[in-house]
Amino acid sequence: MNVEYMGLKEISGPLVVIDGVKDASFEEMVEITVGKNKRLGRIIQIEGELCVIQVFEGTRGISLENTHTRLLGKPLKMPLSMELLGRVMDGKGRPVDGLGEIYPEKSWDVNGEPINPVMREYPRNFIQTGISSIDGLTTLIRGQKLPVFSGSGLSHNQLAVQIVKQAKIEDTEGAGFAIVFAAMGVKHDVAEYFRESFQKSGVLDRVVMFLNLANDPVVERIVTPRCALTAAEYLAYEKNMHVLVIMTDMTSYAEALREISSSKGEIPSRKGYPGYLYSDMASIYERAGMVKGCRGSITQIPILTMPNDDITHPVPDLTGYITEGQVVLDRSLSSKGIYPPINILPSLSRLMKDGIGEGHTREDHPQVANQLFASYARVQEVKALASVIGEEELSEIDRLYMNFGREFEENFIAQDFSENRNIDDTLDLGWTLLRLLPVSELDRLSPEIIEKYYKDDSEDGDF
Amino acid sequence: MEHTSQGIIYGINGPVVKVRGRQAFQMLEMVLVGHDRLIGEVIRVLENETIVQVYENTTGLKPGEPVVSTGKPLTVKLGPGIMGNIFDGIERPLARIADSTGIFIKRGSIMDNLDRDKLWEVKILAEPGDYVKQGEIIAEVKETESVNHKIMVPPNIEGEITEAVCDGLYNIDQVIVKVKDGKQIHSLTLVQEWPVREPRPYCHRLPLDIPLITGQRVIDTLFPMSKGGAAAIPGGFGTGKTLTQHQLAKWANADIIVYVGCGERGNEITEVLEDFPKLIDPRSGRPLMERTVLIGNTSNMPVAAREASIYTGITLAEYYRDMGYDVAVMADSTSRWAEALREISGRLEEMPAEEGFPAYLPSRLSEFYERAGRVENYNGTKGSVSIIGAVSPQGGDFSEPVTQNTKRFIRCFWALDKALAHTRHYPAVNWINSYSEYTDRLEDWYSENADPEFMDKKTEISRILQEEGKLLDIVKLIGSDILPEEQKLVLEMAKVIRQGFLQQNAYHEQDTYVPIQKQYLMMDSILRVGTKAAGLVALGIPVSVIRRSGVFEELIRMKYNIPNDDLNSFDGLNNKTERILDEIGSDYRASGRVKEV
Ligand SMILES: Nc1ncnc2c1ncn2[C@@H]1O[C@H](COP(=O)(O)OP(=O)(O)OP(=O)(O)O)[C@@H](O)[C@H]1O
Ligand SMILES: [Mg+2]
Repeated sequence: MNVEYMGLKEISGPLVVIDGVKDASFEEMVEITVGKNKRLGRIIQIEGELCVIQVFEGTRGISLENTHTRLLGKPLKMPLSMELLGRVMDGKGRPVDGLGEIYPEKSWDVNGEPINPVMREYPRNFIQTGISSIDGLTTLIRGQKLPVFSGSGLSHNQLAVQIVKQAKIEDTEGAGFAIVFAAMGVKHDVAEYFRESFQKSGVLDRVVMFLNLANDPVVERIVTPRCALTAAEYLAYEKNMHVLVIMTDMTSYAEALREISSSKGEIPSRKGYPGYLYSDMASIYERAGMVKGCRGSITQIPILTMPNDDITHPVPDLTGYITEGQVVLDRSLSSKGIYPPINILPSLSRLMKDGIGEGHTREDHPQVANQLFASYARVQEVKALASVIGEEELSEIDRLYMNFGREFEENFIAQDFSENRNIDDTLDLGWTLLRLLPVSELDRLSPEIIEKYYKDDSEDGDF
Repeated sequence: MEHTSQGIIYGINGPVVKVRGRQAFQMLEMVLVGHDRLIGEVIRVLENETIVQVYENTTGLKPGEPVVSTGKPLTVKLGPGIMGNIFDGIERPLARIADSTGIFIKRGSIMDNLDRDKLWEVKILAEPGDYVKQGEIIAEVKETESVNHKIMVPPNIEGEITEAVCDGLYNIDQVIVKVKDGKQIHSLTLVQEWPVREPRPYCHRLPLDIPLITGQRVIDTLFPMSKGGAAAIPGGFGTGKTLTQHQLAKWANADIIVYVGCGERGNEITEVLEDFPKLIDPRSGRPLMERTVLIGNTSNMPVAAREASIYTGITLAEYYRDMGYDVAVMADSTSRWAEALREISGRLEEMPAEEGFPAYLPSRLSEFYERAGRVENYNGTKGSVSIIGAVSPQGGDFSEPVTQNTKRFIRCFWALDKALAHTRHYPAVNWINSYSEYTDRLEDWYSENADPEFMDKKTEISRILQEEGKLLDIVKLIGSDILPEEQKLVLEMAKVIRQGFLQQNAYHEQDTYVPIQKQYLMMDSILRVGTKAAGLVALGIPVSVIRRSGVFEELIRMKYNIPNDDLNSFDGLNNKTERILDEIGSDYRASGRVKEV
């Protein structure tokens, strides 16, 4: 077991190749000693006695001669115990807060295993975030994976923090909650912003942070979300906690994957990303959910920046194909000063259908949501027309739509960073807006619902 | 015969394992890899190296571990116990895996595919002395309340029955009939095996002139599907592919549903598992799950088994077709299957064609869709396999290789549209880009079984939508106010068709499934108003007046207001709309503002 292999056969980007290896197993961890410092690597391909190893800390300073390498005999494992709460780890799951090692109760392979679909529990519980455009129109459900698609410089971090601050993750049965935060390639001040916000809202002792920052080794990013999710699984399925996992930035994660793939000389699919980007990201996102026999849950809010705000870029595109919806931020809303700049039309929550309405939120919720979507979609058509013929030339009804659109953006979508609206307020606000349009335009509402809610103008505020 | 070919692992690259040492594996043979005996399949045989794709996670495998042959290709077990069940991509029962390994799927769980302990009530239909051929039905088992499972003579066996047991309770291993084929005696049980990559034989193909009725208006009316046909549902993420597949699995008038979740979400499989036992089949009055089988290789399960899952699904489908059933296969998503091909191909360092996909992508797609069809079986029954494949184009762009190549082999194309989905027009089937090449063949069926005028009405509906398309190009530039009144009416009618007819709410109790008769009557009511309103417009009555009367809303709401089982209410609706329009006409005449005609 304790054989050490001296030197390397080849170095290519973040990868090294060792020859003459006996008894290596696929995806086993290795420890590479370079002078006084030790690095971790993982065997990602075996060919006879040749092993291709990805080095988490990168290959800088490594030569063909100056290393010796030891096989560790196991895949990367994450030490797990309740002590994790309140701790800060590096991107490989090792404590960096100077508070000492984690004394493990369990130690799990970070790669996880696929959840048997037979053992899943279909998620149906509404999480109130206090943000109208999310609660009303792209409702977050406990156990859902709902990413935020953003662009550089948009307010995704504030949004994530506001969700963490306001979301009612706990349930009435009192299963506790925890937050797992994984940073991949983000700037130091972003990580610090999150830490401070956790602290301010008094939840820091329920947070586990995994930090791979912009100046940390790129390859390490590959395991950061996996370590984080292993911790989350432990908290959810062993300790019955409701865990909210924030992962940012998935685009940096995918770029790291691309870098390794190209060093391996693999045939790329789109934009240089490997053909298995979908499966790889799925092995992360699919670790959200609820399972039978456990009270806990894992809700994921991954954040990603769309390069050039392009939603068809492989990272947002493949993410959208895996996750259960998406919340899309929009630069033009943002530049109008609207926070949170959520463009509701491309946004979607696929799980909301079973978590809203009578018995969950309020009976009118599905219809109100539908109608707001449809009417706001119509606003876009009218806007396009107005930009051609001028707003004055619009028909009477189209002008009502223009007005509705403005009010909707300024009063429903926009809300203060510290404003926490409950679901009733959100839905009532929706009605106030819908009343700006004549009943004949509201074709997504049933007569009974119109009868009950539309006419009720007791609190018809004027904006 | 002992199968002794074996070798040892030389290299490992993800799911692809190189085997050296003493070998002699056959191409496409199933092998057991490593000490954990992971299931794999031989995908390339070279002079001194064999390449195997492994259907399970290869983490922890080591060079030097043994690889042994099983002597047969990747096969599935076909027999009672399939219906109502859920399997992984290579037909391992997920429920029983859960019993043994809990929440997570662990590696190396070799399991019996079908329950071997369960006793089935078997009715024997053959007796000693009978001469039987392949496909012949020799026994029956009530597999579920909805499915009568026919036990058939396996393909390529023919001869005289020498022994047969009496009716009674048997498990799947017990011999029920012995057949003497020349010198050989075949002992037949309730189960047969079949290699998944090979189509099961049938007598001959039949014309595709019966529709697969789905209860979804845009499909049944505008772009109908045939029993035995092949359809594709392409669409970007979140446009409604899975939901459409679920709707079809629920409501299509097939006898058997094979639902293949290929590289998609775990929760979507769970949803079917939770919903289908509760949903009642409108035709049999029994829970839908009783006629459904699920194949689930979710996106986080091993990729090689994803490639196999499609074949496993279609083979189960063909088996039930052979019994004389109409089977519909939902494959969600074929793109993930194509990507699995690409991944394996990439690891084999094959020369890629477009976007990294292997050059054999088109031939694999065509082989798959060719397994759809309506046939006469060897036992004289008629059965069909319809395939409905979801396609997930990269970037939502239909010009990518999987969509383009799929288009060559299917004849029904339900194009889902991002823009429609964003406005929550569901199902987001784009009525301009979609098509069905089965329509002509189905015309007779529709006029005999739905209404003689069904196709005429459908044509008229399509015409209005096409015309709207043209007019909207103009409206985008100048607004609708200055269009002539008759064109405004076209826009108004098209809106009614879109909102009242094409949009269909999967979550609404009545609207989720609509019988073909109601579809016809809805078209009829819409077109009646269209004709009558055109008459008023010709008299010089502005469309805005007609709109204000609320007549269009009456139409838009009919899908909710008229229950599926009370189609007589259409008379009431038609009377009402007629009255409204007549009143507008007479008011105008009374006010003397009518153009003289
Ligand atoms: N007919 C319908 N009625 C109501 N809602 C619908 C309908 N069709 C689609 N939707 C809505 O669209 C959402 C997304 O649909 P679905 O999950 O089927 O998309 P998809 O095309 O399979 O996406 P992906 O490729 O990411 O799997 C659903 O959750 C539902 O909210
Ligand atoms: Mg889908």
